[in-house]
Amino acid sequence: MSRNLIIGAGLTLFFTALAALSFLWTPYDIELLDIPNRLMTPGGAHLLGTDHFGRDILSMIMMGARTSIAVALVAVGIGMGLGVPLGLWAAARHGSLLDDLIMRGNDLVFAFPSLVIAILITAVFGPSAINAIIAIGIFNIPVFARLTRSAALPLWERDFIRAARVCGKSSARISAEHILPNITNLMIVQGTIQFSLGILAEAALSYIGLGAQPPTASWGRMLADAQTLVSLAPHVALIPGFAILLTVLGLNLLGDGLRDWLDPKIRVVRT
Amino acid sequence: MSLLSIKGLSVQIGGTPVLQGIDLEIAPGQITAITGESGSGKSMTALAVMGLLPQGAAARGQIMLDGTDILQTPEAALCGMRGNTMGMVFQEPMTALNPVQTIGAQVAETILMHEKVAKTEARARASAMLERVGLQVGPHRYPHELSGGQRQRVVIAMAIAMRPKLLIADEPTTALDVTTQARILELLQGLVDEFGMGMLLITHDLAVVADVADQIAVMQHGRIVETSATADLLRNMRHPYTKALFAASTHAVQLPEAQVDEPLLQVQNVVRDYPVKRVSLFGPRPVFRALDDVSFTVGRGERIGLVGESGCGKSTLTRAILGLEPVQGGSITLDGAPVLQGGKPDLALRRKMQVVFQDPYGSFNPRHRVDRLITEPFFLLDNPPKGAARDQAIVKALTDVGLPAEAAGKYIHEFSGGQRQRLAIARALIVEPDLIIFDEAVSALDVSVRAQVLDLIADLCRKRPLAYLFISHDLSVVRSITDRVMVMQAGKIVEQGETEAVFADPQHPYTQSLIAAAPKLPELAHAADAL
Repeated sequence: MSRNLIIGAGLTLFFTALAALSFLWTPYDIELLDIPNRLMTPGGAHLLGTDHFGRDILSMIMMGARTSIAVALVAVGIGMGLGVPLGLWAAARHGSLLDDLIMRGNDLVFAFPSLVIAILITAVFGPSAINAIIAIGIFNIPVFARLTRSAALPLWERDFIRAARVCGKSSARISAEHILPNITNLMIVQGTIQFSLGILAEAALSYIGLGAQPPTASWGRMLADAQTLVSLAPHVALIPGFAILLTVLGLNLLGDGLRDWLDPKIRVVRT
Repeated sequence: MSLLSIKGLSVQIGGTPVLQGIDLEIAPGQITAITGESGSGKSMTALAVMGLLPQGAAARGQIMLDGTDILQTPEAALCGMRGNTMGMVFQEPMTALNPVQTIGAQVAETILMHEKVAKTEARARASAMLERVGLQVGPHRYPHELSGGQRQRVVIAMAIAMRPKLLIADEPTTALDVTTQARILELLQGLVDEFGMGMLLITHDLAVVADVADQIAVMQHGRIVETSATADLLRNMRHPYTKALFAASTHAVQLPEAQVDEPLLQVQNVVRDYPVKRVSLFGPRPVFRALDDVSFTVGRGERIGLVGESGCGKSTLTRAILGLEPVQGGSITLDGAPVLQGGKPDLALRRKMQVVFQDPYGSFNPRHRVDRLITEPFFLLDNPPKGAARDQAIVKALTDVGLPAEAAGKYIHEFSGGQRQRLAIARALIVEPDLIIFDEAVSALDVSVRAQVLDLIADLCRKRPLAYLFISHDLSVVRSITDRVMVMQAGKIVEQGETEAVFADPQHPYTQSLIAAAPKLPELAHAADAL
């Protein structure tokens, strides 16, 4: 196991654990305003200090981790759930009109800057965590569809696929039984990377006020709220910023590490 | 005095010995062949001579090339020697050339790397060298415009551009067709004579060795078991492994008498066109005719061979027969029913036909266990056996091909190439088809393994009448395992008839050239009693 994999997995686990813990316990109630104790520096009764309403920052980071992870997870789920079958379908009908339709449809989605469309969707349907999830999820579909198709195409030329066709199996069945298990590695790696992009996108949408709405905590909105206070109390902006940075870094390292670890070429040497 | 002298060379990789006590001498103007089966250490010996041993390899002994000990020479000095005093020709001409450089530039680059000459002079010398290796095309071509044989000539030109004292050729003709192979071997022999080079030829093909080598070294498990002058060795083999190796490559199987009655597979006037790149924007798309008016019949219980060089349409024909691809004309029927109707394969028909592919590594899904792999054709049955009946069928299929019943729970990477090919045969036989297509099924196997697999096929024929179409580029294999043979050239079947009759008295000029080009082993008196 590489160092990247261990550091990445550690960071990811840490923030997931924070999010999980928030269901059971947070140091303070984040809906509790405590104006006299606002903008306290880290240490003392509030481990990471308080914001301009006197809310406990550690508690908000924990609740925010929950929002970020939930939004990104569901968005990746949407992308995989629709993108992978579309990619498998396109690969199975390679060269046909259907293949063209699926792939050109993907190109169409790819052609729009994703954040702009996400803003459009949330602007039309109203800002909420659900709409943020849908907006981010839609942009994950072509990523997975394209990757799946390009990974599946060379597999269709392999002899074991031909042998399965000689056995009269339909292309849907071959895709599920033979193609899918052989591209799972790739999907897991891409999944972690899309997950980190999802967290970034959620933070960006919340930052401009189109993500989860108050009182739900969100890292992006914590940043937005803190930006006028940077000179007064820098920790209020720095702490959510570091939370985003470390989570995304952790997921990227995890994705990189997994890719090296699962790469069949490296595995051959090992076995 | 010898050019290359290897004394007591031993190589260990990670504590595992891969070469043990290798002693070998090569004189200038001589061809020394190292032969043996895969994993015997042939290529490792060549890499050691080039100073290209993989990382983590520890070598002991002495490799003296023209007065320098390779093992004691630092890497920087070795770089100056590679391509200069020693040249190398690789097996795969398709990947040995840089696809974005002209062939002339690639040969000139080798010259410029080792000598301070003007670019124009290097280019001129490169052109001359390309001409010397018999390349008919100019130096401004790119590798993708050339055939495999032409590319191998370019690779050879690069290797000999600096007139090296030693030329190492690692399976230089394995990827080539027989007629091309004959011409490349002729070229290499001519170059050795003309330049007085020493040549180290590494090949698993004993017929090639017997044809061209002056001296033969037979390797097994990292040791040289026998070295001697070619004529000497062929007349008087001392080591049992040498005898077994030669016996295996001339191995003839005993086929039972064929019981042919009604026709099983009928191929009539089949045409298969592939669309190729457009030449103009709105004109009709040109087509490449891969199968041109192909007709033949395979009777029930008949063993028929199909030979031809790469690109002649053998694989296209296989896919058409299996109903994997549509044809543009003619009909293919099995037992009177078309193999592909309205783009949908007929499951009941598929049951009568199975296939064994060439590549023992690519024909199984690496993520499934053997029991699941070999029972895949059960999908074709309306009532596939379940539970105990399924287990019984698996055990029977495995024992039929000579594998233990425990193999069922293993993954495919735990098996050797020969075992995998047995598994492929088990998978093909499990639904008891009437026709099996062997698509180059033994081409990737070592000679001794190949002999075993061929024996297995003959054995299966004895157990129950089996019809098969045996596709191969190897004439000697086809000769021993089929009753009738067809010869294919450029999408057409140019000759067909009884196997023995065709081989003894070929009618078509193409068949004659194929048979003449195939390297033959001389008749061996002692070979027979080794097995």
